[in-house]
Amino acid sequence: MMAFLRVCFFALVVRPVIWVAIGLNIRHRERLPRKGPAMVVANHNSHMDTLALMSLFPLAMLGRVHPVGAADYFADDTPLGWFARHMLGVLPLDREARARGEDPFVMCREPLRHDNILILFPEGTRGEPERLSTFKKGIAYLAAEYPDVPIVPVFLHGFGKVLPKGDWLPVPFFCDVFVGLPLPRAGSPDAFMAALMSRMTMLSAEGRFPAWE
Amino acid sequence: MFDDLSPNVAWALVGIYAILVVASVVTFALVRLLPGRNFHELVLRVQSWWVMVTLFSLAMVLSRRGALVFLGFVSFLALKEYLSLIPTRRTDRRVLLWAYLAIPVQYYWVAAERYGFFIIWVPVYMFLLLPAIMIVHSGTQGFLRAAGSLHWGLMACVFSLSHAAFLLVLPDSGNPVAGGAGWLLFLVFLTQANDVGQYLWGKALGRTKAAPEVSPGKTVEGFLGGLGTTTVLALAIAPLLTPFDWRFSAVAGLIIGFSGFIGDVTISAIKRDLGVKDSGSLLPGHGGILDRVDSLTYTAPLFFHYVYYFYY
Repeated sequence: MMAFLRVCFFALVVRPVIWVAIGLNIRHRERLPRKGPAMVVANHNSHMDTLALMSLFPLAMLGRVHPVGAADYFADDTPLGWFARHMLGVLPLDREARARGEDPFVMCREPLRHDNILILFPEGTRGEPERLSTFKKGIAYLAAEYPDVPIVPVFLHGFGKVLPKGDWLPVPFFCDVFVGLPLPRAGSPDAFMAALMSRMTMLSAEGRFPAWE
Repeated sequence: MFDDLSPNVAWALVGIYAILVVASVVTFALVRLLPGRNFHELVLRVQSWWVMVTLFSLAMVLSRRGALVFLGFVSFLALKEYLSLIPTRRTDRRVLLWAYLAIPVQYYWVAAERYGFFIIWVPVYMFLLLPAIMIVHSGTQGFLRAAGSLHWGLMACVFSLSHAAFLLVLPDSGNPVAGGAGWLLFLVFLTQANDVGQYLWGKALGRTKAAPEVSPGKTVEGFLGGLGTTTVLALAIAPLLTPFDWRFSAVAGLIIGFSGFIGDVTISAIKRDLGVKDSGSLLPGHGGILDRVDSLTYTAPLFFHYVYYFYY
């Protein structure tokens, strides 16, 4: 039942909004993973980011694509949290887990073992719209644990203009989705983070973005 | 369906498809005969033409309302592309939403055949309203630039382009040959043919750069060749789609050829100013939607008023 509702929601609401009302300029779409297990890492400016990335996968695959979101933000007892977890398949990540010495990615293991695709936003929050902030290092540890799972970086631009944090009214702008090659995996977590950041910077340099002050 | 489509317009559409078939055959032959050269962009261009012509003729054939919705959607895409291209202020988000809302209203005046409102809605009411909303929502920092660039976009993408739509609702009395659809098809076909003509003549004979600062690809030879071709085409198809005699046809061809060139160069100037090559990526091989309708932003209002003055 939820799977059917999810397909309807994406076919009737998300795709028309993302593809027609907003409009995407996608580069290197063929680099997106076609099957799991895989991870997509992107910068994060807006709730639209998650919907846009999910809309790039075939409807039949939606049940196997899981964005990772903050457990406190998407708490199960709020309407937003219920919607995120059940309609979008968001996996809740406990942002305080590492501080308590626990494994923050515990909820990712089962889906990865079953060949799902995870969408991660290593900035950890939507932050200042249209500014690339530092990526948190947790993704590097997850990468080291799964050396054979491809990790594809995606640079997003414009969704923060469409729907910035704290606003509820979307305004149409064409948005950019630049997909990078899977990241190299040899080396330390620090080397992985450096490779990820430089890949994101390279991808962002492919576009020319007007000022938005 | 087919309710207000005159047989002449239907034949013109068939003719356009015949041209597309020829273009596809020529492209196919070029790819086959000259394997060393890269025709990737040409192939993409022709493919995009198929899609555009099919969408346009479907809209024309379906119903008048369908055609107006289609043209309104083109205005929306053009304005969205323009607003995504230019620098905007974060505080102006809501103002931009109001600017988008001007589109359905403008095309409503067209559908209702309210010429009086159609002709002042953007240049008077939106011109006065949007800066007022800006004052409420945003600061004075960059006010003139924001208000000015937003109004330019509305004038080009909504006001100018909607003149093509108003041609469609002009009464048959002025054009007993093919009605409003005849005017529209004449304008759109010649505007696009002029673009292609200038491009081909420029490729074949182009020597003298016409606007090296703005658009290095434009040449005097391309411009004149396109202008000549467009005028000859206007003479050839006017009997099918318009009540023009040969003098009116020739002047229409010259207006479209000349102003189409200026429209093209104007959008190029904006792109050069912003440092981008294409306005978008919606139409593979062409660039964005503004790259395709740039000439139309000039030809549509000028051709409209030429027709409106002499025939209504």
